[in-house]
Amino acid sequence: MPDTPDTVSREEVRHLADLARIELSDEELDHLAPQLAVIIDSVASINEVAAGDIPPTSHPLPLTNVFREDVVRPGLTAEEALSGAPEKEQQRFKVPRILGDEQ
Amino acid sequence: MNDWIRTTAAELADALTAGETTSVELTQAHLDRIAAVDGPVHAFLHVDTEGALAQARAADGRRAAGNTASVLDGVPIAVKDVLATKGVPTTCGSRILEGWVPPYDATVVARLRKAGLPILGKTNMDEFAMGSSTEHSAYGTTHNPWDLDRIPGGSGGGSAAAVAAFEAPLAVGTDTGGSIRQPGAVTGTVGVKPTYGGVSRYGLVALANSLDQAGPVTRTVLDAALLHEVIGGHDPLDSTSIDQPIGNLVEAVKQGSSGDLSGVRVGVITEMSGEGWQAGVLARFQDSLDLLTKAGAEVVEVSCPTFVHALATYYLILPAEASSNLARFDAMRYGLRVLPDGVAEPSAEEVMRATRDAGFGPEVKRRIILGTYALSSGYYDAYYGQAQKVRTLISRDFASAFEQVDVLVSPTAPTTAFPIGEKVDDPLAMYLNDLATIPANLAGVPGISVPNGLADEDGLPSGFQVLAPALADDRVYRVGAALESLLAQEWGGSLLDQAPDLDRLDHRTGVAK
Repeated sequence: MPDTPDTVSREEVRHLADLARIELSDEELDHLAPQLAVIIDSVASINEVAAGDIPPTSHPLPLTNVFREDVVRPGLTAEEALSGAPEKEQQRFKVPRILGDEQ
Repeated sequence: MNDWIRTTAAELADALTAGETTSVELTQAHLDRIAAVDGPVHAFLHVDTEGALAQARAADGRRAAGNTASVLDGVPIAVKDVLATKGVPTTCGSRILEGWVPPYDATVVARLRKAGLPILGKTNMDEFAMGSSTEHSAYGTTHNPWDLDRIPGGSGGGSAAAVAAFEAPLAVGTDTGGSIRQPGAVTGTVGVKPTYGGVSRYGLVALANSLDQAGPVTRTVLDAALLHEVIGGHDPLDSTSIDQPIGNLVEAVKQGSSGDLSGVRVGVITEMSGEGWQAGVLARFQDSLDLLTKAGAEVVEVSCPTFVHALATYYLILPAEASSNLARFDAMRYGLRVLPDGVAEPSAEEVMRATRDAGFGPEVKRRIILGTYALSSGYYDAYYGQAQKVRTLISRDFASAFEQVDVLVSPTAPTTAFPIGEKVDDPLAMYLNDLATIPANLAGVPGISVPNGLADEDGLPSGFQVLAPALADDRVYRVGAALESLLAQEWGGSLLDQAPDLDRLDHRTGVAK
């Protein structure tokens, strides 16, 4: 049985926020960490409900691969696809630098 | 002059056919109503006056030429702000999408346009549909037309309040854990969550893909069926869309409205009562059961033992899916981009972190972090993996219950509308509002909420939920319509006739005189 602590620490929440790419201030961490501990505590009961041989459900209705004919149909123009971009240049998304990070 | 704003969508369609009014007149009447009452109600995030009137003129043109596009051609509608509307802002109630104008229509929206329904505007919601009160909207809370100091439910409180306040005859909502049905219950309106896969999710900004479903928000069961038939049905653009007919829902309503439920077996879910359920809500529920019995239904109790774990299951599966879905808000392709303070040449990752901190509200952050936790290595099997197994058990509970009965019933929400502010920073208390609605989303089955009276202790609306097996949406319409017509006979009209008159609202204080 994997380890399921009934709470989560402030440092763990900081790490999880980091994984989720959300910069949290100290005040936000002070506020969110205890709330998350309470929520995790309340859902932890689930661990004892289902026996090992119960199959998991990822989706309410059984699905297999759904295929369609491989035909050309209209899509967005480049201008439409770029219409919401924070910055664009030469019909491309313009993004901040992606190299040089330590991590 | 007719009071068009208080007329049902079905009657508006008849009036258009009879030439008693025009779509322009109806659309303008609702735009005027929005201008008059939406300040204090705040059901809308965006009103598309010009677009709606242009669509209304086109509808009138089609009718004059004798080629109407659908039964509801010319009847205006409001759309929840989680559905992409080409050329009309779509924010999902979030700062991160402030000002975003989609370059395409959701399939639901495309079908509304094709059927000729002028789109009045976009309705308020909890940010990315996370919440049960609309208090988590980044653009202010929607107020319940029955009592402006109370919540209208959520996440689709804007759509429910819009129809309850007669700002729109019809609206579209989305229901991931109850976001159509619970707002329906607390505003005295009708809400339907179709079978999962019954209505296309293409262009519906995903909260949790395996749970989300769009559906009708209306004042009558017939109006819901008419709208469901417009937006439902197979869509090749959604790989989870069911390639089968949705059934004759309007016919099921007509059958139900006769008030005869002979031979229909109704199962009361044992697990949905007791502690945490408001006495007045339970009393109205019992009254409704008595009416169904009188109408010939056989009412029995059915136990669904795993339902007590539905809430915990949902709050693992939903955040897990949401944390993956919301990764798309990366400040690169659309939406907000915020540069971090005091960083000379920020990297893409630093920009992404700063943007997501500034653009997401507290509930969205809570759920993304919770989902990240549930999916992280070491905890995956214990949380997300277990939740998927319990989901199987919940579906099995439904399957065995539907061997004994045709429909399952419960109160839609455990309480009536609570005061704004009461639960906004108490996530667990907020989550309990969806106790009765969540099992249907986990199993993908259809459900309806029908207004069934006012609780004695506070005079606020309660809702009656009917659930049916997957693809048997017609059953929720039949039983829902039967209860609606039996209650209308008792009341001598609809429940909303008893709502306070917003025309007499004091606009400085927002308090009805």
